Amino acid sequence: MYLSDRPRDAAGTETPSAAPTTGRRVGSTVILLGFVSLLTDISSESLSAVLPLYLTAVLGLSPLAYGFVDGLYQGVSALVRILGGWLSDRADRPKWVAFLGYGLSAVTKALLIPAQGLAAVTAVITVDRLGKGLRTAPRDAIIAASTPEHSLGRAFGVHRALDTTGAAIGPLMAFSILWWIPGNYRAVFIASLAAALLGLALLGLLVPDLRPRRAARRTAAPPVAPSWRSLAEPRFGRVVAASAVLGVLTISDGFLYLSLQQRDDFAGKWFPLLFVGTNVAYLTLAVPFGRLSDRLGRAKVLVGGHLLLVGAYLCAALPSGGLGLTIACLLLLGGFYACTDGVLAALASTLVPAPMRASGIATAQTVVALARLASSLLFGALWTGLGRSTAVYVVAGALVVGVAVAWWLLRHVDRSAHELVPA
Amino acid sequence: MSKRRRTAPAPTPEPATAGPGTVRQRVIALIAIAVVLVGGTTAYLVLSRAKQQEAVRTASPQDTVSVAKIAGAPRIVFRNTAIGPDYGRVAMVSLADPSGPRALTPTSCDRVFVARTRTLCVASDPGVVTTYTATTFVDADGPTEDLPLTGVPSRARLSDDAKLAATTSFVSGDSYAAANFSTRTVVSEIGTDRSFDLETFRLVHQGKAIKPADRNYWGVTFASDDDAFYVTVKFDSKTWLASGRLSTRTVQTIRSDAECPSLSPDGTKVAYKKLGTRGPGDWRLAVLDLATGKEVSLTEEHSVDDQVEWLDKDQILYGLPGVGSHAAETNVWVVPADGTGAPRMLIAKAWSPAVVR
Repeated sequence: MYLSDRPRDAAGTETPSAAPTTGRRVGSTVILLGFVSLLTDISSESLSAVLPLYLTAVLGLSPLAYGFVDGLYQGVSALVRILGGWLSDRADRPKWVAFLGYGLSAVTKALLIPAQGLAAVTAVITVDRLGKGLRTAPRDAIIAASTPEHSLGRAFGVHRALDTTGAAIGPLMAFSILWWIPGNYRAVFIASLAAALLGLALLGLLVPDLRPRRAARRTAAPPVAPSWRSLAEPRFGRVVAASAVLGVLTISDGFLYLSLQQRDDFAGKWFPLLFVGTNVAYLTLAVPFGRLSDRLGRAKVLVGGHLLLVGAYLCAALPSGGLGLTIACLLLLGGFYACTDGVLAALASTLVPAPMRASGIATAQTVVALARLASSLLFGALWTGLGRSTAVYVVAGALVVGVAVAWWLLRHVDRSAHELVPA
Repeated sequence: MSKRRRTAPAPTPEPATAGPGTVRQRVIALIAIAVVLVGGTTAYLVLSRAKQQEAVRTASPQDTVSVAKIAGAPRIVFRNTAIGPDYGRVAMVSLADPSGPRALTPTSCDRVFVARTRTLCVASDPGVVTTYTATTFVDADGPTEDLPLTGVPSRARLSDDAKLAATTSFVSGDSYAAANFSTRTVVSEIGTDRSFDLETFRLVHQGKAIKPADRNYWGVTFASDDDAFYVTVKFDSKTWLASGRLSTRTVQTIRSDAECPSLSPDGTKVAYKKLGTRGPGDWRLAVLDLATGKEVSLTEEHSVDDQVEWLDKDQILYGLPGVGSHAAETNVWVVPADGTGAPRMLIAKAWSPAVVR
């Protein structure tokens, strides 16, 4: 079922409009979810920004210990994601599974206020990541369920742009508070908690409780029960395989930033700005590239986006280069995210039956996350063995081959995805 | 926002609702929640700031004396960690009376070191974009010199005659880089633009020159000839005590499991922290006799994450976090360097001590 995809004015009157299928805007549910994510990202990114300083300056831990805390982030999130997708499909209640995930993350912000010591902070952060893992797939399933097929790319683009805006505001808010009330980390935690709770309230009160399976049962003749077997759909399998191939060849940003700061004085001094630069590029390009994926085909944009990544690798691997090359690298990296993150969710959601949507999206995202984790280990070894520059060139070369393989794997996916749409 | 909706291509017999109550009620509830959250947070921030400013106004800090009273004689310079408006300020006590009143300087540093009259201060400057600085000066009001620093400051050291400065900073990637923290250690010649990035030095290990890409250096301590130094180098997940020379741009490993060395004033011993068979982040102090190669463990039973400082030729100083919720109020402790005796607290609410004799 679709929500109106036209905006409504404050009085709640609907603008007379053309059929939603030709609408030019994304649904209100997508916008609402975008603001839920924006608030939640303000909350979590404001914490991530000050946590290293808090741990070292206030709790007296060394940055090495912080690295350890940070490492826990990854694994926890990937595994819980599948669970979140499955729960959401099983209960046919994506909104409330997402609510549970957002709620868990909000609770952790409250727990961080009295937390002392590495063990407590580690536990709190782990719970936060559990929440993130849990909520992602059901939330994406709601976006998919409330958007017409042909503008999924744009809808996910809008959501990711809002989400990334939150990620950019978060550190800004945190450091503004610390600047205004020096050394008062508790004030940052409280502001972060407030943002998380507001996001939670927005989700709970205004986002519709969609029941994708029930809706499908009323339209499709045979009742469909969620089953992993429905993910055996060959086109979906191809998307997962292509994602795995590309994910293994995706070097984490961290390594690229390290590469840049070893070469460029600016990148060294303004290290944190690299994250901001990538985020700004991402949020600017998310909607245009999402729309492009609606027009050209999502698989094409997803695979083609990795060519931008190849460009980013080359920018980062060159032995010398100034500010211009660093900025180009960030632009390409942001463009890569804009072409891939939301587009993958959009693509996956078109290839699995509606009752299995959250599980399908979760599967694709988990495969990417695990492949990137493997990539980090592989690339770490390459960096050690070959040196920075050579290692990046090797992966860039492999990625060109990977893009060709993925292109071949996905050659019919766009067309057949459209054929899935009932007339 | 209205929840009235049109059904579109797929017929929807039963519109999904967000929850109990009418849309109007839910929007009102949301506005109420938003007012409470935003208002409450704003009130908390304003009150906290007012309270902090009140504390600054009415602060009657512990015994303080004027800098002039202490600066001329032998002293211990350190970072004041008493919670309050002076947290992080560089302070000093008389070497003859370390637990006596402290003098506070206007400078704030994360880590400070002093040799003769020169101060080396590494600091983070939290802002919208947090930046890190390493500066050195003889007089805080006089000319300062900026040294290269690229990440969270970790260690700072000057040579005895204050002609060389060494800084170590942590350069971390984002969360994907995870446990792979990376350090950068730079030795600078004060008064010139010359600096040495230790990663460019030749590394000799077990008689062979090697070039592991994952090598990281940290914690320099200088010998008195302004050429030789000791440092920690880590590669293949193992830390080594290493000795180096600036003149030949060479670093050579000496023994494994030794971090953040500190050379004794007479140059015969090196104190450092080591892991032994304990887990990561759980260090104990040990002292190595350079002539005999004999290592003794010191009696401190807490984990020490610090580059220690020699109080005299027989005792060393180091920082430990305060107890419980006062972890940020670190204290400086002293322990005999020969493995005997017991540690005792020397300067309360202090960090990063440097002895000026």
